[in-house]
Amino acid sequence: MDLVLPSIGLMFWTTLVFAILLFLLAKFAWKPILGAVKAREEKINNALEAAEKAQKDMQELQSKNEDLLKEARAERDAMLKESKEAATRLIEEAKSKSKQEAAKIIEDARSSIELEKSAAIAELKSQVASISLEIAERILEGELASDAKQKALADKLAEDINLN
Amino acid sequence: MTLNTFINRLVLIVFVFGLSNGVIASDHGEEGKEEKEFNLPEFAKHHIKDSYGYHLLGEGEDAITLPLPIILWTDKGLVVFSSSEFHHDHHGHHVVEKNGMKFVNFHEKVYQLKDGESHLKTKMNKESGQLEVANAVRPLDFSITKNVFTLFVLAVLILLIFISVAKSYKKNDKAPKGLAGWMEPLVVFVRDDIAIPNIGKSKYAKFMPYLLTVFFFIWIGNLLGLIPLISSPNLTGSISVALTLALFTLVIQLINANRGFWSHIFMPPGMPKILWIILIPIEFLGIFIKAAALTIRLFANISAGHIIVISLIGIIFIKQSVAWAGLSVPMTLFISALELLVAALQAYIFTMLSALFIGQAVDDHH
Repeated sequence: MDLVLPSIGLMFWTTLVFAILLFLLAKFAWKPILGAVKAREEKINNALEAAEKAQKDMQELQSKNEDLLKEARAERDAMLKESKEAATRLIEEAKSKSKQEAAKIIEDARSSIELEKSAAIAELKSQVASISLEIAERILEGELASDAKQKALADKLAEDINLN
Repeated sequence: MTLNTFINRLVLIVFVFGLSNGVIASDHGEEGKEEKEFNLPEFAKHHIKDSYGYHLLGEGEDAITLPLPIILWTDKGLVVFSSSEFHHDHHGHHVVEKNGMKFVNFHEKVYQLKDGESHLKTKMNKESGQLEVANAVRPLDFSITKNVFTLFVLAVLILLIFISVAKSYKKNDKAPKGLAGWMEPLVVFVRDDIAIPNIGKSKYAKFMPYLLTVFFFIWIGNLLGLIPLISSPNLTGSISVALTLALFTLVIQLINANRGFWSHIFMPPGMPKILWIILIPIEFLGIFIKAAALTIRLFANISAGHIIVISLIGIIFIKQSVAWAGLSVPMTLFISALELLVAALQAYIFTMLSALFIGQAVDDHH
């Protein structure tokens, strides 16, 4: 029976020793141990977070780079397209300009030809007129060489006028 | 620990104690005769009980025992003398005289003989069948017994271990090394698997020192009891130690209990008022029953382990044949290995239940 009866002495010593143990351990063991464990846990967490952040930053940078590359590529494409367009436009313009020039040249040629032609015609006309005058002079000179002939002509002219 | 194994152990204890009481009673029927036959139940019972000396080897007068101081508070003041003055006698035969008072050691309890008596007289209690002391009284006994001595050793051991662990953190803030590497997982286990789930994240920190101390006190105390050559001190299996630890839990629980805890007990919510007459006493007694359950669980489990080991070894001596060692030694080895598990398990359960009770007391009852 005395096995299950607590003894005052042992309870006294247990209380005393346990209380002192609790005090000493709390002060010199548990506080530093728990503190160190907590500090290390925080450190690990921080390190993990930092690593995660670095990875994220890296990914961001990578995606940024990719964007930049894409942009550059798009710009290049646009420039190429633009320059192609410019080239075709230039060619087109040149073509149309040359066409116009050609047309103009043709036109000019044509008008100068016309001008020459008309000048030539005018010259021809004047020459024909002078030649005709000369001929007429010479005919008149012959016709009007005698008084009879002059009279006959005057009569004939007078007849023509009467007829009208 | 499942309820089943717990009950099995209780049955075993009752069986062994019942047996021992019967045998001891019959022994003293033929008083004075030296006991020749090996009496296992008495041996087991003697082994798990406290004693005034630290017995190491041998029997009777030839025993090698570390003498420990006996400290008594009598009506004439403090008396201190060495337990060796009893000359290994625990049958009340050898009388030690100090300050005019006479003391005897009867079944590892010191009695002070009443004035004028020269030797201890005993009488048989007819009802219980047990021998009782007739002419002596128990003085207040603060002796450094085997268990108290073990208690000191345990406290020093724990201090050495954990202060050196704490120091190692000052030099090393990287992963723990050496002893700290062994102890840190246990400390973190007590924090993350015992304190935080039972008490809650916001309130656990205040109770960590107690929970850690009680966990390592019980665990290392249990382990000390399993070391065979140092006489397997049954410190944590002593009801006094178990009760003291349970009282620590109870006091911490009651000091920190909030209004919600008390109102749950004295004004059980959601119950008709008429039932309060029954519920309030039940709830109130429950506080103390929980502490008693803590005590009995630790005491019974650890003592039972000691009894099983001593009983299995005892087979050899009962049969008086070394051949039985072939059965007894492997079984003892098996039980000892199991006891290593039980040592940790009981420390865990005690700490876990303490945390649970404290958690109930400080919980914000919504």
